[in-house]
Amino acid sequence: MDKVQEKTSRKKILNNLILHLHPKVIPESTLRFTLTFGLGGMTALLIVLQALTGLLLRFVYVPTPAGAYNSVLHIKNELVIGSFVRNIHYWSGSLLIVIVFLHMLRVFFTSAFHERRKSNWVFGVILLILVLLSNFTGYLLPWDQLAYWAITVVSNMLNYIPVIGESINSLVLQGTEVGAPTLILFYNLHTGLVPLALIILMAFHFWKVRKAGGVIIPGGGERKGQKTVSVMPHLLAREFVVALVLLAVVFLLAVILEAPLQERANPLSSPNPAKAPWYFQGFQELILHFHPTIAVVLVPVTALVLMFSLPYLKYGETITGIWFISKTGKKLSLISLFVAITTTPAYIVFDEYVIRTTNSESLFGNGIITFVVLSLLIIGFAYLLRRKFNVSRAEIVQTLFIYLVSSFIVLTITGIFFRGEGMALTIP
Amino acid sequence: MNINDNKKIPRRSFFKKIWVLLGLIAGAETLYLIFDFLSPRHRKGTKGNVIFIDAGDVDTFKNGSVTSFRKNSFYLVRLKNSGFIALSIKCTHLGCAIIWDEDKGEFICPCHSSRFDVRGKVHQPPATRPLDTHPVVIEGNRVKINTGRTIKRSGIDKAPVVFA
Repeated sequence: MDKVQEKTSRKKILNNLILHLHPKVIPESTLRFTLTFGLGGMTALLIVLQALTGLLLRFVYVPTPAGAYNSVLHIKNELVIGSFVRNIHYWSGSLLIVIVFLHMLRVFFTSAFHERRKSNWVFGVILLILVLLSNFTGYLLPWDQLAYWAITVVSNMLNYIPVIGESINSLVLQGTEVGAPTLILFYNLHTGLVPLALIILMAFHFWKVRKAGGVIIPGGGERKGQKTVSVMPHLLAREFVVALVLLAVVFLLAVILEAPLQERANPLSSPNPAKAPWYFQGFQELILHFHPTIAVVLVPVTALVLMFSLPYLKYGETITGIWFISKTGKKLSLISLFVAITTTPAYIVFDEYVIRTTNSESLFGNGIITFVVLSLLIIGFAYLLRRKFNVSRAEIVQTLFIYLVSSFIVLTITGIFFRGEGMALTIP
Repeated sequence: MNINDNKKIPRRSFFKKIWVLLGLIAGAETLYLIFDFLSPRHRKGTKGNVIFIDAGDVDTFKNGSVTSFRKNSFYLVRLKNSGFIALSIKCTHLGCAIIWDEDKGEFICPCHSSRFDVRGKVHQPPATRPLDTHPVVIEGNRVKINTGRTIKRSGIDKAPVVFA
């Protein structure tokens, strides 16, 4: 075989590989970076990075209470790039949650979940849950104080689920407290079942995007009559740049910031404060304000039901591919964001210093009443928009979505940065 | 017209239904078997377990004292009326290990600042339930605590106080 032939056959193989993910040509308008910000691709790359670093860590890690902490110390201190690999695994895991979340927001705000994309939104939500599960099961593995008590706190939240809570708790812990059986379960989920499910569903997610004709066309245009360009090199070059930048960011983080590792887990001594992993601190913050059953059952279940049903609500005519639907949509979004990031902290402070001190006994009554009042306020607000200002259904759903999501983000940030000793409000 | 012609379709759909049914049964069985693997190992017998800890002579515990048995995950309280009560170390809020504060005369959870009195009653939320207890038995002159059994209480009235 001469050189030219060899080159073309190599190109064919590469082409084949890429064209399994991408079509041969795509509409030129979808190349625009601000349409997708490359978030879906970033997610995929981070998951590959997690798989590779995870495979390496798995050679050294020992999933027993006696051996876990020492093996992590060994990775951290003895191996040449052990600390680097562990840091990459830690930071890209956290980054994964952020990017997946942003990806979801992007899909929502460009209305890319209607018609043929309905079911893929649902698969996306499942993937988001899997990413959270993957992070959560990995959180226990270092077996330090941080890990031990975070898992204790979160698994005890499950106890507040009526009737079946305690059985679920003992299923998660594989006993009554965090111990060797818990570690085995978490290790197996983290390195086996969850990644497997992630990879299978991810492939499905990609395939569904292709079946829907690729990413959403900006401006709500039809696929027919669009000016097209070839994927090689137009899309590929752009993807390559995004991938390199992302890798650079992750590597930089891994070099600068050491993944936390506290003292070895001690079941007899709780740290002050003991916090849930950062991505669950929104719920932890909720527990401080509402009765636990509301915070860990009513709110998450409602949120999940809303998330899954989002594409199947009645929207009437839908506009796709435009950020925030319309000018009105944009304005309402901003108002909603503003209301959320002012009222939520105000409520947190009010509850901390006024309600809590006067009403300590009837927590349940307090929680239910507050929850109902807040829900009614939100529904009333939606009703007002629909009747008085004649806003479309899609715009109302968007406005409420922004309100709820931003409130939850505020709660999470409060939990991460503004809760100090004894979970009292502090300034970081 | 042949009589068999009419019967053909019901028979086929009947078999189809049988297949679906068999599939469902197989699915349920598989799920059951998977959950069998996942079910907690020590579920059987946990509640009725008897693990007695010999705490010591009755007279070594003064009235109105709290003695720490952290290694066995409980505090032994002797109330002012000379009754014994064994409180679990596990905070009822989210499972952290409580600490006895001698100066304030309260149990304090370091994680989320719940406070409990010597009988385990909630002094300050976020905890909503009093502390769990273990049965105390006085045998002769010895105080023994059955840590194999944990009693959950909803109200403080049922505090299982034992007198020597």
